[in-house]
Amino acid sequence: MRKVVGIMATVAMLVCFAAGCSSSGGSGSGAAGSGAAASGTAAASGKMKPIAKDKIKVGVIHITDPAEGAGYTYTHDVGIQAMQKEIGLEDSQIIRKNNVPDTDPAKIETAMRDCIDEGCNVIFATSFGFMDVCEKLAKEFPEVYFSHGTGYKCNGVNFNNYFGRIYQARYLSGLAAGLQTKTNKLGYVAAMDNTNAEVTGGIDAFAMGVAKVNPDAKIYVKVTGSWFDPEGESQAAQALIDSGCDVIAQHCDTTGPQTAAEKAGKWGVGYNSDMSKDAPKAVICSVMWNWGAYYTAAVKSIIDGTWDGTNYYGGMKEGLVTLSDLSSFADPKAKELIEAAKKDMLDGKFNVFDGVIETNDGKKIGEEGKTLSDEEITGKINWYYKNVEVK
Amino acid sequence: MSSKTVREPLLHIVKRDEIPAKKAMVLRIVAFLLALIAGGLFMLSIGCNPIEVYQTIIVGCFRSNMAIQATVKIMIPLVIAALGVSLAFKMRFWNIGAEGQIIMGGVFASYFALFHSDWPHWVLVIVMFLAGALGGAIWAYIPTFCKVRFNTNETLFTLMLNYIAYYIICFLRDGPWCDPNSPGFAKIATFDDNATLDKVLGVHSGWIIAIILLVAVFIYMNYTKQGYELAVVGGSSATATYAGMNVKKIMIRTMLISGGICGIGGMIQATGADATLSVGVAGGVGFTAIIIAWMASLDPRIILIISALFAILEKGSRVVESNMGISADSSAVLQGIILFFIMGCEFFFRYKFQGRAKKGSE
Repeated sequence: MRKVVGIMATVAMLVCFAAGCSSSGGSGSGAAGSGAAASGTAAASGKMKPIAKDKIKVGVIHITDPAEGAGYTYTHDVGIQAMQKEIGLEDSQIIRKNNVPDTDPAKIETAMRDCIDEGCNVIFATSFGFMDVCEKLAKEFPEVYFSHGTGYKCNGVNFNNYFGRIYQARYLSGLAAGLQTKTNKLGYVAAMDNTNAEVTGGIDAFAMGVAKVNPDAKIYVKVTGSWFDPEGESQAAQALIDSGCDVIAQHCDTTGPQTAAEKAGKWGVGYNSDMSKDAPKAVICSVMWNWGAYYTAAVKSIIDGTWDGTNYYGGMKEGLVTLSDLSSFADPKAKELIEAAKKDMLDGKFNVFDGVIETNDGKKIGEEGKTLSDEEITGKINWYYKNVEVK
Repeated sequence: MSSKTVREPLLHIVKRDEIPAKKAMVLRIVAFLLALIAGGLFMLSIGCNPIEVYQTIIVGCFRSNMAIQATVKIMIPLVIAALGVSLAFKMRFWNIGAEGQIIMGGVFASYFALFHSDWPHWVLVIVMFLAGALGGAIWAYIPTFCKVRFNTNETLFTLMLNYIAYYIICFLRDGPWCDPNSPGFAKIATFDDNATLDKVLGVHSGWIIAIILLVAVFIYMNYTKQGYELAVVGGSSATATYAGMNVKKIMIRTMLISGGICGIGGMIQATGADATLSVGVAGGVGFTAIIIAWMASLDPRIILIISALFAILEKGSRVVESNMGISADSSAVLQGIILFFIMGCEFFFRYKFQGRAKKGSE
């Protein structure tokens, strides 16, 4: 945005030059500079000091603006608000830095330093691209808690990562979607290809849910190559619909695929927030994050001194991952099946990636009687389940 | 009827004589106050107290060492890039390509930061510095060569090269320089500590380089033969030719320096501020620098002041956003309003509106 303004101002100036006038003009678009050489002292090993509730000040770094009202950043901010209510923090104890570009380390660092300068002692960075700056600043500010979402790094002291078993909810949504389809073709708009284990594992979990209730159905995947691409996501969904898919699931940030499904009179499975708000006639159910479960637990642990700086990987059990209520037009059998599977997950009887799993290129993954480790789930799933086809 | 009457417009713009420096200063102050008032009205309209907003901007920049350091960090690339383009503009060479020259400086320096981080620190820093200057200079040489050889339009040429430079980073990020440890999120790896600039007084040492460059450019422009030559070419290349100057040579030499300085800015941003090469390495600085250079009338001393004002506005706006809960778009509008007035007053230095001439005159 700012860059566009800068370019426009420059063009305006060029017009001015053409008229032989040496005036000046424009708009602010200065990139933020910042320090790099992490010369700060390394964080002292051992436990962090707890912070009293009224001394806590939280800085939140968002990649876009929660005012969008749906999708990724909104969902994180709803979690922050839930934490604020649950713990009982004042409004002045939370600072938000919105629209921080994840591709500009200098701007990320400026935003975080701003928060620290304003007295923040807890930083929640909600987007993947903020990870390395968190790691760096955690060294320089050993007394500040850094918690970074959806990545993988931590330092075991004042910098950790939080993420979750969203594949559990995806499996459940697969049950509903598998029952819903009439054409036995389901579409899936994916942000990344099989180099990303989170996306690929999510597709596999969804496909396994579908296969459980509908062995004849196939899942067609289209990759957009971007986490946030309003136009590309809608187009990918439309292409899938055109090729005969009648349920559109998604792993990307906008509501585009769901609204495209609604427009075409098809169904869909939303993601991040409850997308039945955005496409009430299409969304069967939504796979949702309840980040409030983590934010509340994290701030609590900081207050009572139990924070341990290790990575958090929560799921259905912790309430971090949920499935929205089924819509009225969902298949009547779905509810019971989902409840049963959910119960098995909570009891630990069923973990989605159990036993031997067949891939779509004829390989076999896993062992009978065992389940995939978290390490494999978070970093090594680069295969698709047998009923998946990538377009 | 054979004769057609041409109606003159009610108002038309005419060039005015040079106005005295004192009057210009008064005009500037008036424009600044008007800007604050207009910005204040906008703030009122969205329900903010304007005095509180302006106060927050200033306080947000100077309330602590960390805030001052952050403001200085924003200033560094602005100063360097503005110095770079001002050399070209003095010669009336429209270098709109600072953005691309910054990027290429960053790219060249990053090669050594990524693949030779085991070199001794000072050797590496000096090599990266020279590489950055070389990268920017090459990116400035291409359009200049075409200008002196084929008389191409340098404004368009340098502008377009910005986009090519931008996509070169995208290519490197997604392809050959992609960090293998970052699945699903293409980025270039963070540089080794050995390959980043040292901090002096809490800010990466780019600020020292900026000050040295500022002094050097000031001396070069005002007290050297080459500086005189480029000013003559800027005044009139015909005069320069008549005086026996090699205009083509002066043009290429000046642009190599101009691009080289911008490239150094890119090197500092990548190895000092970012500790990696990102697509935001220039981040619009190359365009803002053009505005700064002209607002400063191409005087390096004033460039320092104007850059500081830009940095304060930028840093302070960010604090206003988070403290007062206004959106980034609203603070961009505020910045735009302030700059609009200040830029508008420059217009009135050179032109004035004149009413329709009375019938029969002329």
